[in-house]
Amino acid sequence: MTAPLLEAQDLRVAFHLRRASDMPWTKPTLLHAVNGVNFDLMPGETLGIVGESGSGKSTLARALIQMVPATGKAIWQGKTDLLALSSREMLKYRADIQMVFQDPLASLNPRMTVGQIIAEPLKTHRKGIKPAEVKNRVKAMMDRVGLLPNQINRYPHEFSGGQCQRIGIARALIVEPKLLICDEPVSALDVSIQAQVINLLAELQRDLGLAMIFIAHDLSVVKHISDRVMVLYLGRTMELASSHDLYSAPQHPYTQALLSAVPIPDPQAERAKVVIPLAGDLPSPLKPPSGCVFRTRCPRAVERCAAEVPVLEGNGHAVACHFPGTLQLAEIERATA
Amino acid sequence: MAMLEVRDLSVKFHTPDGTVSAVNGVSLSLEKGETLGIVGESGSGKSQFAFALMGLLAKNGTASGSVKFEGKDILNAPREVINPIRAQKIAMVFQDPMTSLNPYMRVSDQMAEVLTYHKGMSQRDAVAESVRMLDAVKIPDAKGRARLYPHEFSGGMRQRVMIAMSLLCRPGLLIADEPTTALDVTVQAQIMNLLADLQRDFGMATILITHDLGVVAGFCREVLVLYGGTVMEKSPTDPLFATPSHPYTRGLLAAIPRVDQIGDELSSIPGSPPNMTQAPKGCPFAPRCGYSGDDCLDHLDPLTEFAPDRWRACNRKVEELA
Repeated sequence: MTAPLLEAQDLRVAFHLRRASDMPWTKPTLLHAVNGVNFDLMPGETLGIVGESGSGKSTLARALIQMVPATGKAIWQGKTDLLALSSREMLKYRADIQMVFQDPLASLNPRMTVGQIIAEPLKTHRKGIKPAEVKNRVKAMMDRVGLLPNQINRYPHEFSGGQCQRIGIARALIVEPKLLICDEPVSALDVSIQAQVINLLAELQRDLGLAMIFIAHDLSVVKHISDRVMVLYLGRTMELASSHDLYSAPQHPYTQALLSAVPIPDPQAERAKVVIPLAGDLPSPLKPPSGCVFRTRCPRAVERCAAEVPVLEGNGHAVACHFPGTLQLAEIERATA
Repeated sequence: MAMLEVRDLSVKFHTPDGTVSAVNGVSLSLEKGETLGIVGESGSGKSQFAFALMGLLAKNGTASGSVKFEGKDILNAPREVINPIRAQKIAMVFQDPMTSLNPYMRVSDQMAEVLTYHKGMSQRDAVAESVRMLDAVKIPDAKGRARLYPHEFSGGMRQRVMIAMSLLCRPGLLIADEPTTALDVTVQAQIMNLLADLQRDFGMATILITHDLGVVAGFCREVLVLYGGTVMEKSPTDPLFATPSHPYTRGLLAAIPRVDQIGDELSSIPGSPPNMTQAPKGCPFAPRCGYSGDDCLDHLDPLTEFAPDRWRACNRKVEELA
């Protein structure tokens, strides 16, 4: 068996919060945005990460490339722990891990031309390439992502949202990374454009053999593109399984609730669907519930859930729940009432 | 007579880059207690349509056509005419609940303001009524929460406050402009459920403006599909989803990834939405349409009824779309 491209072990990110009313000697409050996440990623595989806002999905991605300080381990190709590297040592690996961001226009420098934007990673990571060669590669990459190479001298504001996202993808792929981290790459786009970008990403991944971490709040988009999917809630993994298993037989009550809330563009199916209600809002990450973090909103929670933290268990289809399994109609009705 | 009659409504904006035609001749009528979905992508003119109804267009915008609400002409009506109708008869819920609420006012005060202004209620009665309404939108501990400021609420709770506020005067028509776009799916499900309950209990007509066909499927009885400010298709909900009659509606439905189905490649609509500064002469969708011909760039057949209650604007016949 080949070694995983990336192995995250007990990944944790804690932010130190200081309130205005705090005295200089008060200890800062800790906000655990990511709380002990484990996963591995094979070369060429796509891992989808879903969760609501505040679940820590973006922070997790940023932690992997040292954009936020994290503890734990992120083993690259079975050898190097990325989190233990100094920023200078990290530079070597940055070309291998590239990122595509959510807001297509905000992630491009408005004062640079498209050509300069796409060429910048080459100039940083592949020093010594001749300018003529850089230009050729940029043009080839623009063509690859569906931009017209003759637009090389235009500025980002002259492009639509979908095209800007293509520029962002071209910039990420120009240094031939092994791993592409996409943080909500299509959530700012219209449906018809969204489909274009998803298809482009899927095609590029297939052709270039990229591994991908695909973060989104939209479960249907994640389903479409991922081999495996991880569901996060308050910084913890609730469920991790192959895309097929997770969507056809979700085991964790949270995953089931999340899936049932997605509107289906089919009036008959939409009316027939049973929505599992989630009481209230996401608890504050400053004071997460004891035991299982989901228990305050779970239709199945009992005393044990408040006392014991469930461990992520299971080979292939892993669930962190004391009582996994499909919720019965009676349980859902009790929760609704 | 229908409660709301819109005839040939057009909205134009005069900008330094030229005149932008945001809405081009939209007509519709809405009966009491009906639910209508207006679906479109960004730039389709769906929000400007609603703003024009309410007289909320930006200064450089002009609206033409006619809008009759309960027989009264309200398009471009002077303030004295439109102000008593706004909030009392037609209320609106906006997309972003944080920017729609006044951050400096307690929720109770800004809600009470609606009642003291429109109904001449005393502050004490108005606050009491506001708390009752917060309770109706299922905000726990409504009385205590009413004293808080908007930033002390979560996104979903803020949208509940907005909805409560819009219902204070028991309007006959509620216009909800992307009410759940800024929210998580689980919260979206809560809010759409709430809206459906309130719509039934209060019996108000509702126009739901959204880009999400999934949300429309569950909520609306009738759907209007906008593209480039023009109505492409208008139909009762079920047949629209079962047999979409317009190439754009078909493309849009096929482009949505679905959680309840296994699919390979998503079919996408090539190209990008039209630039409305050069308003297309013919069909705005023609450049992206797989069925378009030269005639489509030149003119677009008007909206015609091709089956009972179902309307479409397309130069091709339904049978021609394979």
